[in-house]
Amino acid sequence: MSITKLNETALQSWVDRLIGQHQVYGVKAKGDRFAFGPLDDAAELRLDYDVTILPPKKYFLPQSQELLKFSRRGAYQPVGEPAPFVLFGVHPYDVVAIAQMDEVFSKDNHDRHYMQRREKAVIVACDVQKASPNVFAACMGTATVQEGFDVLLTRIGDDYLADARTPKGEALLQRIEGGADPDPASLARREQLWQDLNRFLMRHELKCAPAKLPGVLDQQEEHPIWKKRAERCYSCGSCNLVCPTCYCFDVQDEVDWDLENGRRVRRWDGCMLAEFALVAGGHNFRATRAARYRHRYYRKGKYLWDRMGQIACVGCGRCVTACTADIANPVEVFNTLLEDR
Amino acid sequence: MAQNLTKSGDIYVPQIATLVRKERLTELETFFEIQLESNQPLGHRPGQFVMVSLPGLGEAPISVSSRPVGNTFELVVRRIGRLTTAMHRMEVGDKLGIRGPFGTDFPVNTFRGQDVLFICGGIGLVPVRGAILEVLANRAAYGHVAILYGTRGPSERLFVDDLARWKAREDVTFLETVDRGSDAWDGNVGVITTLIPKIEIAPERTAVVVCGPPIMYKFVLMELYQQNVPKENIYVSLERRMKCGVGKCGHCQINGLYTCLDGPVFRYADVSDVREAI
Repeated sequence: MSITKLNETALQSWVDRLIGQHQVYGVKAKGDRFAFGPLDDAAELRLDYDVTILPPKKYFLPQSQELLKFSRRGAYQPVGEPAPFVLFGVHPYDVVAIAQMDEVFSKDNHDRHYMQRREKAVIVACDVQKASPNVFAACMGTATVQEGFDVLLTRIGDDYLADARTPKGEALLQRIEGGADPDPASLARREQLWQDLNRFLMRHELKCAPAKLPGVLDQQEEHPIWKKRAERCYSCGSCNLVCPTCYCFDVQDEVDWDLENGRRVRRWDGCMLAEFALVAGGHNFRATRAARYRHRYYRKGKYLWDRMGQIACVGCGRCVTACTADIANPVEVFNTLLEDR
Repeated sequence: MAQNLTKSGDIYVPQIATLVRKERLTELETFFEIQLESNQPLGHRPGQFVMVSLPGLGEAPISVSSRPVGNTFELVVRRIGRLTTAMHRMEVGDKLGIRGPFGTDFPVNTFRGQDVLFICGGIGLVPVRGAILEVLANRAAYGHVAILYGTRGPSERLFVDDLARWKAREDVTFLETVDRGSDAWDGNVGVITTLIPKIEIAPERTAVVVCGPPIMYKFVLMELYQQNVPKENIYVSLERRMKCGVGKCGHCQINGLYTCLDGPVFRYADVSDVREAI
């Protein structure tokens, strides 16, 4: 696979060319923050972003996604295939999160709704240029990535290196005009940048290796931290919604106004919402905020590890920023448990 | 695992099925016999569940109550929400959607050569009935077979014909109780745990199946502990509100376990230390 060096002008014209031929989603400014959205013009693209409000999971597991169509008489029609698209500017921690979600939706019953979107997508990753206020990717081992994307863009001075790692990425690189072969100095600077990101891309420091977290959480269900911090929880589910590794959903039927046809839709749900573990008859298996709060951190640090070998926190820091009550910082939780062991 | 995928290969698209027989069992519970449009057997094992689907009303996980024989299968549904209320209004010949069968089963074949004890409370008889029928159909393969059944009152007893048959059998110990009796009731009155000391249990060679409301588990399991039944010999069926049935939606999680994939039937030894399980 090849690497191309291109300047800002060549990058812009490349992106504009892609926009002309594909549906392209990329990072744009939204007020004083950033969000993934459809790109109409390369000038909108902000590869210097720190973090997006929502993770790019919304393109694979949309907030609301049709699973099937039905008619009242009882016929169920599968939905059609999604359209191909290019996802431009995904940060490494989000690349890792997408790879984790791929496992969930491809293993143990293949979920075509998620997987077809994944197969149709070309992911252009982008190394982080600016640290967000609460990022801690360096301690989670997610500050840089070498797989899970089709092309990786890295800013080196005023230029970019575009590194294709898959045939899909290679095909995308073919469309660059005015690119050049990478010089050894740029490649060396990229190596240095990766080393720096892996050491310094953190505003909070987890005081253990991520792989130690299942052990840190083991037998700590009664630790006072759960109750203490959960006393301030609004059960709003914001931490779930902004989390790139949260994928729980609810399923509902929507009926058209003529009451003849409708669709079955899944929507993002969250384990911090009060009714998440409610069963028929009214019993709630996680009725207290403390139980829900504890569940979230166990799921991130232990349950999914036990099941699929994943630490389901990639250090993006979105939950820390989104939490009104200021209780969502996983690093604070895990460090406290670590100190008290 | 989803064994009955539709042609679309889509885990969320149900198969069409027809209601072929319907019978009201109690004020709240109705029995449904269902046939897939493909006319193929459901292919379930006792204890598994299906996702029942009605257009516009959504889906709900429902235990299969029949033995895996023939090309129809049976459900018993309590009228409790929108979907189940609509099911109760269905008529023979009406269509419904079915996904599954899903989840783990009561491994009755591994009980062969052992005594088997079934302890069911109320609607907990529904998922266990298929296992009971399976054991009784191969009665000679098992040691002593005992069935304990408790309901709140005489009017809430399910499968009364089955209960009468089991009571009449000489090769089955069948005991019943109700929490509150009535004028016509001349049987035991009291909670189900009061039945356990009335039978002889050989703890090391008895497989125990327990299914009932959450509150029942605590007391029954305590009583079984008193009787020295090892946790490895006890099987429980747990209820959670699955939204997908295929291990994705997260709703049925019990710590790291998914009720739809790892359950609903669990060996008690595997969940006794798991918080929020029982």
